[in-house]
Amino acid sequence: MDAQQTLRTEVEQLVRVHGRTRTALMPILQDLNRAHSYISEDAMLAVSDALNVPRAEVYGVATFYSYFSVKPRGTYVIRICRTISCAKQGDYHPAIAALFDELGIGMGETTSDGMFTIEQTNCIGMCDQGPAMMVNEIPHIKLTEASVRSILNEYRHAALAAKKAQ
Amino acid sequence: MDSELITVTIDGKEVKVIPGTTVLEAARTAGIHIPTLCHHDDLCSEALYQQTASTPHQGEHSHQHEESAMLSTPSSCRICLVEVEGLPKLHASCALPIHNAMTVRTTSTAIRHARRDILELMMSEHYGDCFACARNGTCELQKLCADYGVTSERFGRPHEPLFEKAEIGNIIVRDQNKCILCRRCVRMCALYQGVYALTTEGRGDHSRIATFMGKEMKDATCINCGQCINRCPTGALTERDDTDAVWHAIEDPDKMVVIQTAPAPRAAIGEMFGCEPGTPLTFQMNTALKRVGFDKVFDTNFSADLTILEEGSELISRLYKALVLKDNTAALPQFTSCSPGWIKFIEHFYPKYLPNLSSAKSPQQMMGAVLKTYFAEKNGWDPSKIVSVSLMPCTAKKFEAARPEMDASGYRDVDYALTTRELGRMFKQAGIELPKLDKTPFDDPFGTPTGSGVIFGATGGVMEAALRTVFEIVTGEKVESVFDHADIKPVRGFDGVRMAELTISKVGPVPEILSHLVPDFEWLKGATLRVGLAHGTVNAIRVMKDIEEGGPLSQCHFIEFMACPGGCLGGGGQPIPTDREIRAARAKAIYSEDATYVVRKSHENEDVLRIYREFFKEGPCSHKSHELLHTHYKERV
Repeated sequence: MDAQQTLRTEVEQLVRVHGRTRTALMPILQDLNRAHSYISEDAMLAVSDALNVPRAEVYGVATFYSYFSVKPRGTYVIRICRTISCAKQGDYHPAIAALFDELGIGMGETTSDGMFTIEQTNCIGMCDQGPAMMVNEIPHIKLTEASVRSILNEYRHAALAAKKAQ
Repeated sequence: MDSELITVTIDGKEVKVIPGTTVLEAARTAGIHIPTLCHHDDLCSEALYQQTASTPHQGEHSHQHEESAMLSTPSSCRICLVEVEGLPKLHASCALPIHNAMTVRTTSTAIRHARRDILELMMSEHYGDCFACARNGTCELQKLCADYGVTSERFGRPHEPLFEKAEIGNIIVRDQNKCILCRRCVRMCALYQGVYALTTEGRGDHSRIATFMGKEMKDATCINCGQCINRCPTGALTERDDTDAVWHAIEDPDKMVVIQTAPAPRAAIGEMFGCEPGTPLTFQMNTALKRVGFDKVFDTNFSADLTILEEGSELISRLYKALVLKDNTAALPQFTSCSPGWIKFIEHFYPKYLPNLSSAKSPQQMMGAVLKTYFAEKNGWDPSKIVSVSLMPCTAKKFEAARPEMDASGYRDVDYALTTRELGRMFKQAGIELPKLDKTPFDDPFGTPTGSGVIFGATGGVMEAALRTVFEIVTGEKVESVFDHADIKPVRGFDGVRMAELTISKVGPVPEILSHLVPDFEWLKGATLRVGLAHGTVNAIRVMKDIEEGGPLSQCHFIEFMACPGGCLGGGGQPIPTDREIRAARAKAIYSEDATYVVRKSHENEDVLRIYREFFKEGPCSHKSHELLHTHYKERV
C-alpha cells in the first residue's frame, strides 16, 4: 500500500469511530494530528473525500487551531508556556536556554532526527507551578535547567524503546 | 400576518419587518443607505434564497452548504455600525437581527468617527497606491475613505509589501496586500459557485484568504469564473491584464489583428461609461474597435450559430445512437460546453460525466479556428500573421484560449481573450467616449446579426437557440407555430435550475446537411424533448446530484450549464459592481436585441450556411468539423 492509500484507510477507520458527518471533522483532525504530530496535505484530502467537506474548508479548520499543524513536526511537540506568571519565575530563562541548547534548535524548529519541535503556548493553567511546558499532551512543571535535560532524556529513551518494540 | 411584523424606527422612519430581519436589511427596505464592505447584496439571505430557487426542487432552501459556519454573514468589516436606543456601544447592523421593536440611528458623530477609525485601521494594513490599482475609481474602500474624510495616515501605512503578489501564470490575480478580509470572495465561491477554492487560513491577526495549502490560484480547484473579482470591494482580486499585449499586436504593422465580440459585453460595457445597466452599445463598440486599431471586427454570434448547428447535430446524432441503435456509448443527457468555467468545474468535480459534455468547442474557439483557416484562405491572409482577439464577459475564457489542445489549425484559435473591463480600459486609454459614437456594422463574412447568437449571453439562451433550430430541423415546421415570435419563454428567467418540455408531434424529411448523421426522423415522432438549465455552478451541483439519484433531470436529453449567475451577462469579466437588478437589466437588453433582428435562428444564418457550403462541406459533426470545431476534456484533481 502506498502512503496515500494507507492514509485513506486510516481516515476510513476514524470515520467508523466518529461518523461520516461534518461534525466529525474536528475529532478526526484531532486524531490525525495526535497520530502524526501534524495533518499532511494527503491526510486533508482523504478527510475531504471521506466527509464530503471541501478541501479548502478542511484546510481552514486545520490552520485555525494552534494545536493543529499542516507542516511536519517532531514526534514530541514541546510547548513552552509564554504567559507572564511562568515567564516571571526565576528558573524560566535558564530552563528554556537548556532546552534550546540540548536540542540544538530554535523556537518553531524541529530536530533533524524528527523527534522534537519547540513551540510556544499561552497559559496552560499551571501558573502556580511554573515554569511549565507541555510535551504533546503531558504537562511538565517547575522546570529547571536540570529537569529539562532529564525530561528530554526520558522521551529519547521512550522513543528508542518504542522503536525496538516495533 | 400583520400582527407578526415588528415595527422598527430607523432615523425617524418607521418600517415593519418580519422577526429576524437584520437592521441592515430593514434600513435597505426603508431606503436608508448604510455603507458595507463585507456585506454584498448578492450574498444576503434573500438573494441566496432566490439563487437556489428552482422548478424541480421548489421550496428547497437550505442545502448542505449553508450548514457551513464559515459561510454565515461574517460581519467582519464593522463599517455598518449603528446606534440602538437602550443598548450600549455601537452594533454591526448586518449581524443585528430584529426581535423586538427598536429605535435605530444610522448616523451620529459617534458612528461617523467609528467608521472613520475603522477605515484608518484598514488602511494601516493596506499596501499599494490607488493610482497603480486596477480598481482605482471602482474601489469601495477608496470611496468610503473619501466619503468619511480619511485624510491622513493616522495609524501609518505599510511601506513594504506584506505579501508577494502572485501573478505569473494565474488568470485570477490575487494581491493580498489589498485584502481587507471581508470574505465576500470565500462566500461567493462557495455559495454561488459551490467551488470552495477559497477559505480563511489561520486565526485572528494571522488570518488571510487562501486556497487549500496556500497554493496559487492556477494550482487550486479554481474554475476561473471570476465571480470573486466582481464581488471584491478592493483590488485584491483582479484578472490577468492582457491589454498591453493586445496594444502591442495592434501597433505591429506585420500583424492583422481581428477581434470577435461576444453578446454579453455589449449589454454591459456602457456601465463603464456612465450608462444605465442594460444599455446595448453593440454597434457603437464596433466603431470604437476600429478606431482603436483592430483590422476586422467580427460577431461571435456567427460562431454561436455555428455552435448550435454542431451541438444540435451532435444531440440529434446522440439521440439516434442511444434510442434507435441502443449504443450505450452515447451519453445522455448531453451537456452544453460553451461555459469554460463549467467545463473546468465538471473536469474537477464530476469527471465521470465528461462523456456527457458536447464535444463542440465554445463559440470563442470556433470563431478562432475558422478565422485562421476558412477566413485566412478566403482572403489570402497568412494565418501566422493573424492575431485573434476576443472580447468576452469572462475570465475563464482566458484559460480556455490557453488550453493546449485549442490549436488544431496549427495556430492558436484565440491569442488573447479580453474581458469587458479590459476593453473598457483600452477605450478610455484611447480617449473614446463610447456612448457618443456612431454605429458601424460588423465585418463580413461573419456580419449577419442574429438573435439566436445574441441570447447566448443570458442563462437559457443557448438552450433557446438550440431548441429553435432543432425543432425546425426535425419537424420542418416554424417554431412560431408553438411559441409566439419564437420566444421560448419556459427556458427564460433567473430560477437557478429550470426544466422545459417540447413535444415533437410531427416530423419532416432530414435536411441534406444532416443526411450523413441520421436516415430519417420517424423515430422522433411523438417524442417529448426534455431540457434542463442551471446557472451558477452551485446549481450545477444540484443538477448533477439529481442526475446521480435518477431524478427528473436524469430524464433530460439536453442540459445547459452556465458557470456564472445569470449566465454570461453576469460573467466574472463584466463591469463592477453587479447585483440581481443589474443582471436583469442586462438580460432585458439582450432579449430586446434578439427581438429586433431579422434572423433569429442559427440555421437561417446565411453566413453559417455558406461556411457549410464552402468549407465544412461534409456538414456538421463530420470529419473536418470534428478536427477544427470539436475538442476533448480531461479529468483534473
